[in-house]
This record gives sequence, structure tokens and C-alpha cells, in this order.
Amino acid sequence: MRRADLNLNVLRDKNMSTQPILTVKNLSVVFPDSNGGLHALDDISFEVYPRDFICFLGPSGSGKTTLLRILASLLRPTTGEINFIHNQHPQIGMVFQQSNLMPWRTVMDNIKLPLELENMDESTARIKAQEMIELVGLNGFEDSWPRDLSGGMAQRVAIARALIHDPDLLLLDEPFGSLDAITRERMWTELSRIWQARQKTVIMVTHSINESLFLADRVLVLTQRPGKIKFDLKVDLPRPRNDDIRYTPHFGKLARKLRETIE
Amino acid sequence: MDINPLKVFHPSSAKRNGMWLRVLSLGLGLVCWQITSIFSGVEVFILPPPLKVWSRFLVAAQDGSLFRDIGVTFSEVVLGLIVGVTFATILGYSVAKSRALEQVLSPYLVASQAIPVVAIAPLLVLWFGYGMFSKVLICALIVFFPVLINTIVGIRAVPQAFYDLMKSLRASRKQILMKVEIPAALPIFLGGLRIGATLSVIGAVVGELIGSKYGLGNLINRARVGYDMPMVYVAVFMLIFLALGLYGIVARIEKKLLRWQEDK
Repeated sequence: MRRADLNLNVLRDKNMSTQPILTVKNLSVVFPDSNGGLHALDDISFEVYPRDFICFLGPSGSGKTTLLRILASLLRPTTGEINFIHNQHPQIGMVFQQSNLMPWRTVMDNIKLPLELENMDESTARIKAQEMIELVGLNGFEDSWPRDLSGGMAQRVAIARALIHDPDLLLLDEPFGSLDAITRERMWTELSRIWQARQKTVIMVTHSINESLFLADRVLVLTQRPGKIKFDLKVDLPRPRNDDIRYTPHFGKLARKLRETIE
Repeated sequence: MDINPLKVFHPSSAKRNGMWLRVLSLGLGLVCWQITSIFSGVEVFILPPPLKVWSRFLVAAQDGSLFRDIGVTFSEVVLGLIVGVTFATILGYSVAKSRALEQVLSPYLVASQAIPVVAIAPLLVLWFGYGMFSKVLICALIVFFPVLINTIVGIRAVPQAFYDLMKSLRASRKQILMKVEIPAALPIFLGGLRIGATLSVIGAVVGELIGSKYGLGNLINRARVGYDMPMVYVAVFMLIFLALGLYGIVARIEKKLLRWQEDK
């Protein structure tokens, strides 16, 4: 019944001081190596509330991906605490830098993978997958093989796969990093729309200032290795956001602020 | 996008022409053989003409003895394949997953590759007798190594990213095996199986030539001793068809299982 609990929290109004869905305290990561260890993350603390869209912005080598891997339990922190609400590990949906689609599965079968792992019956899984295919705008490509998809389409499939099991937390690891600039900007609008529709709690890492401002409610800037939180910016741009917002003076002001804090 | 240059200009009519050319080429080869064996002055005993081989085949097919030998060789080959592939797959998977096990087993694995199975086949026949068992064992040993290596390579080639994905979805060990490792390793594994299938035929014939009661290798020996050259040729052709048939079956399986790899 853990899932239901979390969803109740999500439904509550965000402004009514709900508890954080995730609390990270004094997190540090040191990778052992020959000369005393590689210090990847240093004393990271933050809280995430339901339906937040949080973006970690930092140069490469700031430990952004390490942070996401820890939140996804793919990696253990050296010190520090991670507490999820009710002390239960949340369901996670993750989108990687590469789409990571299994080439032996069709679009449909790739998207319903998380449901198969939950042993959901085939027909229900297919109906849900079909809904996701419509959400990400891939109607007609259900039976296509990944090799026949463009980079942008493949990443849409990856997003659909990350959302289908209705995860408590969506982790995005530079999901559009491998796409060309035009496709990337189109995907921002898409992701913004999908987020608006599904109201998920999202943590994303990126090194694009525009990407973080366009998508997030809050941008946390990380320093060079070892990564520390250097700056916490609340993005008070109105939602829903569309392309035009990127050309407003306020967007420019926020972008400049972020630019100045990144070394 | 189709990047195979051979396929680009291949409408179905061209494919049909290709088939006819192949049949024509085979027919021409048979005609050349017939002419050579009649006019070259080589003893018919050494090089019997194809028509004579054909009529010998018909006689042997009618009295049923040929099919008994085919059946024996076929069973040895298939049983050897099953045993060899089973052990090679299980061991290959374990070695791929455990560096320690790899270290422990690697001297034996390397040695087992270095020993030509054909060379120890006489010993195996001596130890395990003239029956089918020694042949199945030879086949299994011959098949073992290529399948083992391909299993190890196949499992090791599974991208780390798929493991990350499965772990982030909290998949079980068994789910990772069924949904990632097996399908990802399948192309390389099937490549090993394809090599193994043809090798297995060689193993069975070698075993039978050394010492056996039945089988196509045994038939070659019997016919040779009895100066029945056309029969030797019949047996050789049966072996060719057997090897081709097995190869074809594996290729069929590959085509069906690896549909996702094919170019449209």
C-alpha cells in the first residue's frame, strides 16, 4: 500500500507544507583509487517535495551522474543519509543519456518492460503501454524496432518506459544530451507537457542552463569536483511554459545569474 | 535504412535468377564429373561417375541399410551437440559471471582447446568402446569449446547500461537473466552453435572411422574394404547433406530469433 500513500501525498496541495518525499543529508562520495580516493561529491544536502521538478546543473565532472546513480540505488554513498518518505524505497523511473532501448524488443515491448518486471498481466500491460505511446506521440510506431527510430524518438520511448509503472520519482540523467540542438529544444517542450500531464516528482541533471530553466522549479548548481551545492535558484517562471518564455527578459536574467555562478 | 550494398539492387526476380544460376552451376559440375570419369582414363574404381553413385544410392536406400547408418550418425551428432552445448552454456555462463572461477578454470580451458579432440579420439574409443557412447562423447568435446567461448563472450558483451536499467527497476536476478542476458548474448551464442553443429558431424565420423559398429563413418570403412567405391561416395554425400541440414536448421533458428537484427 506504499504506492497509494505516496500518491495521496502527491494529491495534497503543494503549498500546504507537505513533508518532503526525499531528504538528502551530508552526502559524500569517494571512489577508491590509488592516490587516496577520488572525491566525487562533497556534503550534499537537499530536500525534494512531491511534484517538484529539480534540476542539478553543473559542468562535467561535478558528480551529477553519481548523484543520480545513488538516488537510484545503483551506488552507495560513502557517508551521509538518504531518506525517502515513510522510509520506503520509492519506485523509480530513470532516463539515461543514451536511450538504452533493448534492440530485440519493439517500441511496445520496450515500454512495457517495467510492467513485465512487476508481473502485470499481458493485456493490461499492453493497454497501459498504448496510453504511454500516445502520451509521447509515437502512435503508429508500436511495432517498430529501436534501430529504425531517430534519436529523439528513441528518447521518447525511454521517457515512456520510465513513466509507465507510475514511479514515485523520475530521474533524468542528461536525457537530451545526445540529441541535436533543434530536437533537444523540441523535447524540452514535450517533457514539460508530459510532466504537466503526469505531475511527477522529477530530479534531472544537465549542463545546459536553458534546459534547466525551461524545465525546473528549482535549479541547484554544483561545483567542479568534488561536487558541492553552490547555488539554489527558485525558478519563478509561470507554467505551462512554451518556447516564447525563453526569450523573455526574466528568463535572460535568471540565465545570467546561473551563468555567473558556474565556473 | 538499408546499408547492405548487395541487397540494394536485389528485386525478387534477381533473387530467382540467382537460384537458377546455382542449380545450373551444380548441374554443370555433375556433367563435368561424369565426362571426366568416362574420358580421363582414370579407373572407374577410383572415380566412379555420378550416375553410378546415384544407382548405388538407390540400391542402398532400398535395402534400408543406408538409413540405419544415417540414423546412427545423426543420433550421435545430435546427442553430442545437446550434451556439449548444455555443459558449455552452463560453464560459460558461470565463468562469464565469476572472475574467480575463470582464474581457477582457465588453465584447463586453455589446455582443452590446445588438445585436438581428433587426436585423442582413438583413446576415447578405446576407453568407452565401439558403441555410440564414445562418439557422442567425441562430438560433445568437439562442440564444447566454440560454444563455451561464444557464451562467455556473449554474456560479457551485455552492456552495463542494461544492468543499470534493470537494477533501477529492481529486477530480480532471474529477470535479468531472462530479459537481458539471454537475448543480448543470443546472436554470439548462436554463432558458436552454428560452428558446433558442423564440427559435431566431423567428430562423429572420426569416431566411427576409428572403431564402430554402425554409422556413415563405419559405412565408408566397410565399403572401402570391399572395394565398393560408389558406396564410399554415397556415404560422403550423406555426410555433406547431414552437415548442411544441421547448419540450415541452426541458420533457420537464428533467422527466427534474431529478426530484430535483420535489415528490412
